[in-house]
Amino acid sequence: MNFELTEEQLMIQQTAREFAEEKIAPTAVERDLKEEFPHEIIKELGELGFMGMMVSPDWGGAGLDTVSYALAMMEISKVDASVGVVMSVNNSLVCWGLEQYGSDFIKDKYLRPLAMGQKLGAFALSEPEAGSDATNQHTEAVKTDGGWSVNGIKNWITNGTTADYFLVMAQTNRELRHKGITTFLIEKGTPGFEHGKKEDKLGIRSSDTCSLTFTNTVVPEENIVWEEGKGFNFAMNTLNGGRIGIAAQAAGIAQASLDAAIKYSKTRKAFGTEIKNHQAIQFKLADMAVQVEAAKLLILEAAALKDAGKDYTTQAAMAKLYASKAAVDCALEAIQIHGGYGYVREYLVERYLRDAKITEIYEGTSEIQKVVIARNLLRG
Amino acid sequence: MKIAVCVSNVPDTATKIKIAAGGKEIDKTGVTFIVNPYDEFAIEEAVKTKEKFGGETVVISVGDDPNKEIMRKALAMGIDSGVLLKTSETLDSNGVATLLAEEIKSGDYDIVFMGKQSVDFDSSTTGQLTAQKAGFNCVSVCVSLEFDGNNITAEREIEGGREVVKTTLPAVITAQKGLNEPRYPNLKGIMEAKRKPLAEKPLSAPAPLVEVVELSLPPAKAAGKILGSDASAVPELVRLLREEAKVI
Repeated sequence: MNFELTEEQLMIQQTAREFAEEKIAPTAVERDLKEEFPHEIIKELGELGFMGMMVSPDWGGAGLDTVSYALAMMEISKVDASVGVVMSVNNSLVCWGLEQYGSDFIKDKYLRPLAMGQKLGAFALSEPEAGSDATNQHTEAVKTDGGWSVNGIKNWITNGTTADYFLVMAQTNRELRHKGITTFLIEKGTPGFEHGKKEDKLGIRSSDTCSLTFTNTVVPEENIVWEEGKGFNFAMNTLNGGRIGIAAQAAGIAQASLDAAIKYSKTRKAFGTEIKNHQAIQFKLADMAVQVEAAKLLILEAAALKDAGKDYTTQAAMAKLYASKAAVDCALEAIQIHGGYGYVREYLVERYLRDAKITEIYEGTSEIQKVVIARNLLRG
Repeated sequence: MKIAVCVSNVPDTATKIKIAAGGKEIDKTGVTFIVNPYDEFAIEEAVKTKEKFGGETVVISVGDDPNKEIMRKALAMGIDSGVLLKTSETLDSNGVATLLAEEIKSGDYDIVFMGKQSVDFDSSTTGQLTAQKAGFNCVSVCVSLEFDGNNITAEREIEGGREVVKTTLPAVITAQKGLNEPRYPNLKGIMEAKRKPLAEKPLSAPAPLVEVVELSLPPAKAAGKILGSDASAVPELVRLLREEAKVI
């Protein structure tokens, strides 16, 4: 067993770290406060290749492995989890799915600009009444002249107001239930397709989240991704890999919390000495460090399995379950170590907690991760 | 145009430096080495110059295997190939310049970029020495550069202002902050860097002209003094700045 990263992986990690510290960190606090989308940052990340990291160079991507992607996600999210989620959705949920299951027409027309960072993607599965029970799709598409007519509402869509291309799951044969769901690629601006107003969120406030409405929105036949009836499998397989991205986002937040706690404990004095000398603080730091390290190892294991072409479902679910808990726990402890200072905006750690919580909810709640893990344990 | 860029590796600027036993070297255990920050401006200028005028770019470094890592970064940023002038000996600026000048003379270069100084030993002489030994012109501490055929017009940063100078190729240019904004290596560049040629030339180093007798750490910063929080503290502050700190 070898835990060494390759020279390229180290350089990618280093580049992501430098970019995050120099280009993302300076505006992170203000964008969170004002709920401003990081347009310029996403454009620059795209130019560097970070928006289509795993896509083959044949389709405009950087052709990297999942390990490199996870490392970059951690570095970016350590500085700003909002930028992290925009990047994760485009890479794992949109580009990956299109490369795996899209026709050459779709890859050429849509994947290429997405992978090159010229266009932004979104993934629309959740509905007002379909979250963890994603099979309960109310959005419907029926055959019409020139393609399919889509009607319905999608909820909690990351990149909803800014994306150019949307992957939308819709019921095309209600009798077949989840085997009657199909994925459509729908362009922004298609008649009958509108987005709602931006949600006012607890965390990741610099990313935009909104609902989408489709009213007799006509989508051409060639914009079906994979094939009719494969939409549920498409969504599940895509989310499977997405978990590695979100787990890495969570691990980044956990690491940021630990780093902030270490830094503060070296400067803050109480009872005549820096608080790092108090065992109560040392124990907290030790517990946080173990969680951060364990989360990273689970993530890299899942990523390495995926790169080796092996089944990574269980490890990805474990990584997301564990890393998201680590993010929330570490952010809470970082606040506790900061005391009153941790509860105000000036010291960043309160944002880490607000940003951390979503990682236990989106792309499969922690409860769903446990269902996935248990199902694989009990299989056969 | 044949363009060289010379890079040195220096401890990460965030490193806490410790002095090794013997007192003449730093303790390299656990130290991360990075591209000398001023060399990043030199790399960027080399890549930009090639983008403008075409030609070939080569990164040259004097040192041992660990230098390859920073040379790969230059390759990832767009430099075409590398030459490591390999030696495990510790060199002074004259030694580095001697090896660089030999390589530059034999390589038929038109222009050579390097940082105005490396942030480890800060002697700020390697560029000028290299130019002298190679028979090249030299513009040091350069913040702006324009070409007109073989003629160069450059701006140098000088105390309190800027100086505009003209010279001709071949020349060594030492880069100051402000010359450009170094790019991040893009992901394709990082993957291509692995496949770019990086030659090694084992060399024996010339005997140093300068010998390091002793290294010591700067004295620990004394705690600051707070004289007061309103205007009444000003006279005492002025007195201390004049009499104790002797800065006004």
